[in-house]
Amino acid sequence: MTTPTDVDVPSVPEGQAAALEARDIAVTFRGRGGGGQARAVDGVDLRLGRGEIVALVGESGCGKTTLARTLLGLERPAEGTVLVDGEPLNYSSRALKAYRRRVQLVLQDPTGALNPRHTVYEAVAEGLRIHGLTDNENDRVAQALSLAGLRPPERFFLRYPHELSGGQRQRVVIAGALVLNPDVIVADEPVSSLDASVRGEILALLLRLRDELGLSLLVVTHDLGLAWNIADRVAVMYLGRIVEQGPTEELLANPKHPYTRALLSVVPEMGRMEQVVLAGEPPDPTRIPAGCRFHPRCPVVASGEAAALGIEEKCKGQSLPLLSPAGAHSAACYLPASAESVS
Amino acid sequence: MALLEFDDVSVTYRSRGADIPAVRGVTLNVNAGESLGLAGESGCGKTTLTSTVLRMQPKSAKVTGEIRLNGDNILDMTWGQVRALRWAEASVVFQGAMHALNPVQKIGDQLAEPILLHSKVSKKDADRRVGELLEMVGLPARRADAYPHQLSGGQKQRVMIAMALACDPQLIIADEPTTALDVMVQAQVLNVLQGLVKELNVGMVFISHDLSVLSSTCDRIAVMYAGKIVEQGPAADVFDHPQHPYAGALAGAFPRIGDTRYRYSPSGLPGDPPFPGDLPSGCTFHPRCPVAVERCATTEPSLIQHGSHQTACLLVGSEIA
Ligand SMILES: Nc1ncnc2c1ncn2[C@@H]1O[C@H](COP(=O)(O)OP(=O)(O)OP(=O)(O)O)[C@@H](O)[C@H]1O
Ligand SMILES: Nc1ncnc2c1ncn2[C@@H]1O[C@H](COP(=O)(O)OP(=O)(O)OP(=O)(O)O)[C@@H](O)[C@H]1O
Ligand code: SF4
Ligand code: SF4
Ligand SMILES: [Mg+2]
Ligand SMILES: [Mg+2]
Repeated sequence: MTTPTDVDVPSVPEGQAAALEARDIAVTFRGRGGGGQARAVDGVDLRLGRGEIVALVGESGCGKTTLARTLLGLERPAEGTVLVDGEPLNYSSRALKAYRRRVQLVLQDPTGALNPRHTVYEAVAEGLRIHGLTDNENDRVAQALSLAGLRPPERFFLRYPHELSGGQRQRVVIAGALVLNPDVIVADEPVSSLDASVRGEILALLLRLRDELGLSLLVVTHDLGLAWNIADRVAVMYLGRIVEQGPTEELLANPKHPYTRALLSVVPEMGRMEQVVLAGEPPDPTRIPAGCRFHPRCPVVASGEAAALGIEEKCKGQSLPLLSPAGAHSAACYLPASAESVS
Repeated sequence: MALLEFDDVSVTYRSRGADIPAVRGVTLNVNAGESLGLAGESGCGKTTLTSTVLRMQPKSAKVTGEIRLNGDNILDMTWGQVRALRWAEASVVFQGAMHALNPVQKIGDQLAEPILLHSKVSKKDADRRVGELLEMVGLPARRADAYPHQLSGGQKQRVMIAMALACDPQLIIADEPTTALDVMVQAQVLNVLQGLVKELNVGMVFISHDLSVLSSTCDRIAVMYAGKIVEQGPAADVFDHPQHPYAGALAGAFPRIGDTRYRYSPSGLPGDPPFPGDLPSGCTFHPRCPVAVERCATTEPSLIQHGSHQTACLLVGSEIA
């Protein structure tokens, strides 16, 4: 597949350890108000190759943030393993501290992430101080700010968050992550609270960090346009599971799973596509439906197409295996289009 | 006569002894059964402009020009007359309003409040109306018994829209009604709003910084920059063929999925919007404009008709373009 720009899309050679990998991860919470146990993440295999940008997409409440936090060691999985460079994540507090230097989290709302009483310099230097990196502090902060596009960096040192625009604040947050020279950045909705005009600038920055520093990036979002803009691969999550994954071009040009198709059809820029607006709210992780977890909302079932194809029984009763986390485009669905991936 | 007419409206805030011209001479119309999208980045004056319709701007703000609702100038009205307009003729879904629901009151009771206030109906009739309103926005009538914390963000946003509809207004102003909602819920809310415009023949002003949302929901789009309209026209035209460089940047910020020009090539607009208290000379966009020429720094363009659009750019329609 060719792209108009000459970006070298890194392919992860089989066998090489991924920067970060989830193997059959489940994360549970005690249900709210005495309800049952919530399986916010319910069996996920996900792989982030070195220098790769993966977009994790899905609607609100599907478990994206929980999965991201688990990959960062902030949440401990009830089942399964997080692998870092092929080694299981070590949850001792010393190992975790070292790990969090290498894997940085960038959050959605830059205003909430910054202390209003700290200058830009202090905000960026904070990570260095936590990790005891006290030499050359000034240079390191300056370098991180300019990498994040705040140039000349010295002009920003003494500013406070309220003196910055939303986009500049998000750059400060990103600089705070970069200052520790991480290998991996996990960005949770990095542009959703920003103005349209700023969004492209921040996405271009993330892309440049990959191209210039070889960073691996996991971007959590409900925005498929963002995936088209920067991601090499997309993983679509529904109710705690990855239901479709594959290279961005293939997955977005030819979505197999009815849920992905619905998500794609409601992107406003897809105005000319027939909309499939799923009724109701995202379902409840305390009550995951049997069979295919999407079946109560699946338009293929509702329209009778599943019955006509003879798959309705399976949709409603037979659970689907986990998707392999890398490689070819695949979907967890009984429709013939995805059959080879779930045979 | 249009339902709502802004006629050369300016709004100037007075802050710490300085004048802040947040809206500078805006002329715009909205007809019944029509939706107008108002776009532009944070601080360009969208909320300030629309707050004048029900005279909700702060006391420190000075408003000039005329704002006419069904032909009557709102600035000439007494406060009593303005209050009578609220809910019954024009209502607002405020920016971030879903957080303003009272957490300890059932949503049905909150919805009934404006109805009981504005029409002489029994509590029972008001409750029936509440049920109708909820169904209008795609929620079952029995959700009237729910408390806000029992609803998702999208459901709360739909309750706010139901509330705006409570007294059958002719005009609805929706200020960022879907920002912070995810795409599927956003689609549900947008469908509700579009349905209202077409089925109830209301006029709508829909504020968003997301041009792609406006293009899929509205009939027309007006793009604001630094307190002025810089482009306006039919929604699809403005989104697909923007003429003003700023509108072009906004439209380009949202990739067309599948279009290879956007692949690995996110596009944004460098720089920050100007502070309204300290505006650049000439075309206020010139410090950020990718195609600015020398005279852009000295000559302020006015809004001129070009084909189906009105555009305020020295280069649009001229030889250089
Ligand atoms: N600490 C917690 N205790 C109980 N339930 C939780 C907790 N954190 C998350 N959940 C539940 O787990 C599910 C997944 O939540 P998560 O925040 O991971 O979703 P998300 O995909 O990131 O959603 P959003 O797009 O809204 O950020 C939700 O049903 C949520 O209510
Ligand atoms: N009460 C006030 N006093 C002084 N300045 C104000 C006041 N309210 C708003 N402003 C200024 O007026 C300008 C326009 O603000 P407004 O809220 O109308 O923008 P907006 O387009 O709605 O932005 P957003 O997308 O962030 O909601 C901004 O520069 C803002 O700082
Ligand atoms: S397996 Fe069946 S219910 Fe699930 S997505 Fe496919 S068609 Fe729909
Ligand atoms: S008038 Fe000049 S600066 Fe303004 S938008 Fe047009 S080209 Fe750009
Ligand atoms: Mg989240
Ligand atoms: Mg506003």
